[in-house]
Amino acid sequence: MSLASTLRDTRLIFRRQLRLSLRNPAWLIIGVIQPILYLALFGPLVKHFVSAPGASSDQAWRIFVPGLLVQLGLFGSLFVGFAIIAEWRAGVIERMRVTPVSRFALLFGRVLRDMIALLVQSAILVLTGLLMGLRAPIGGVLFALAFIAVLAISMSSLSYAVGLALKSEDSLAPLLNSVAVPVLLLSGILLPITRQSAPSWLYYLSRINPFRYVVDAMREVFVGNYADLTVLWGSLISLVLAIVCIMLGVRRFQIESA
Amino acid sequence: MADSPAAAAMIEVTGLAKTFKTKRGTVEAVRGLDLTVRAGEIVGFLGPNGAGKTTTLRMLTTLLEPSGGTAVVAGADLLREPTEVRKRIGYVAQTGGTDGACTVAEELITQAELYRLGAAEARQRCAALVEQLDLTGLEDRYVKTLSGGQKRRLDIALGLVHAPRLVFLDEPTTGLDPQSRAHLWTHVRKLRDELNTTVFLTTHYLDEADALCDRILIIDFGRIVAEGTPEELKHRISGDLVTIELAGEGDGEKAQSALGDVEGVRDATLSGKTLRVVVDAGGQQLMGIMRALDSAVVPIASIQLARPTLDDVFLTLTGRSLRDDSPGSGAPPQPGDAGGSPDDAGNPADSAAHDDASAPSDATGSPR
Repeated sequence: MSLASTLRDTRLIFRRQLRLSLRNPAWLIIGVIQPILYLALFGPLVKHFVSAPGASSDQAWRIFVPGLLVQLGLFGSLFVGFAIIAEWRAGVIERMRVTPVSRFALLFGRVLRDMIALLVQSAILVLTGLLMGLRAPIGGVLFALAFIAVLAISMSSLSYAVGLALKSEDSLAPLLNSVAVPVLLLSGILLPITRQSAPSWLYYLSRINPFRYVVDAMREVFVGNYADLTVLWGSLISLVLAIVCIMLGVRRFQIESA
Repeated sequence: MADSPAAAAMIEVTGLAKTFKTKRGTVEAVRGLDLTVRAGEIVGFLGPNGAGKTTTLRMLTTLLEPSGGTAVVAGADLLREPTEVRKRIGYVAQTGGTDGACTVAEELITQAELYRLGAAEARQRCAALVEQLDLTGLEDRYVKTLSGGQKRRLDIALGLVHAPRLVFLDEPTTGLDPQSRAHLWTHVRKLRDELNTTVFLTTHYLDEADALCDRILIIDFGRIVAEGTPEELKHRISGDLVTIELAGEGDGEKAQSALGDVEGVRDATLSGKTLRVVVDAGGQQLMGIMRALDSAVVPIASIQLARPTLDDVFLTLTGRSLRDDSPGSGAPPQPGDAGGSPDDAGNPADSAAHDDASAPSDATGSPR
């Protein structure tokens, strides 16, 4: 399998999936509205809790918006597995697996579509945040969006792998909910989990959650600290997570059976 | 087959096996399957549910990795060069494989590009297939708006987009109305006749296998239990059935003993005035039967020759009916041309050829 044909196949699958998404954009719109609701209805409360007395209110936004971005990335991407079950049931996956198309492309064409959708949603979220008082360096915002892109690749690959393995919405929904909610809370998305704010058991539990490092790294880049150990760890963990999830996903497209 | 050169074999399978590990132990879905399909044949692959039909098909189309055995499909080794096999075969799954939100042309062009055809060539193939499978005028329709028959033809067009020499059709006409079925049969025959495409199809309908296939393989419990042309199978398993209506009441036993000496008569059973005679080949033995009855002075009211259907063959071989669970549907009419199964016409009594085939049948292929 040459690189050129893999790229060509990936573009082909990406184009098809994007066309289908644009034809039925309801989910894209819901995906944008939800974080804006968080920002509008929850954000004003957060600044009183997060900010130390006397600190500027835009510091609260710099803590809250990266958290929301990760939440969007997690939930927006983890649930793409439902779509793959529908495609599998219609026979589309099998039809494509009988062709010589690259298995990597079958996964990654879809993942790229999810990534683009998520980046658009994230950009809208950040712009809304700016309107509401967020102040962040442009470089930091772009760095954060790169984190989100990698996170989207990981989570949607994982979701496709799990969806194709389970082949049942009834099994996928409880699994995703029971995993995603604790992971989300333990990453300090809404309120940072620090040594000072959290009991030690909660703090150490959050340290074993990879997403926590991503959230921490994004908060650092939002205040302009790029050359930071937190950012390095966050980047490494994001990349390793993406590679593992892609491998799991590609493997699923190779062996998917019955 | 021994008499065909290896080069003409489109599928050559030796000892193909598949075992699944389940919680309750291992299941041998396919156990050492041997089969050969020659180039240009339409081969029917029949078997009851759970016989290993689908598992075999999924192995031959690279969707499932065999646990054992070897296979050469369209000239490429299934285990060593699955990508090469994929390039050379077409596969139409039972459920199809289209997205309702795509248009007909989009699906065809995407499929052509999945087979790495260039954009211009893809459009050209799309146009050719739309015409070949009577989808003209539907190019811009969404797939979800197509009728059952149209959608099935699109599924088949997708399997043919790269003009493969070998195409696998998994239950191509299941769920179609009789007219669409007959229509589809015509398309499948055209594949063989005009393009010399080899077709390997599974079906639940024995009349379909009878009408369409050059050769039939019957699988049960993961093994081939019989193979041959529809004629050979019917002949070998069941013989032909001659039904004689006697004119008088008391002649039955006299007639039976007279027929016992006729060459080619296997069995003669009497019920009332009706004598059912199983013979090797009815066309040849009919005269002998009539002469024997004539010289024994047994007057007859009528004599009728019927040939067994594949339903009978299948029941005899596997002890099961093929369509235990399929939705009841009437027998479809034969396609207008006579190329199908001449023996199907005019044998309304054939499903009664065996005592175990108890359900009355008004035509071949009715559900039991």
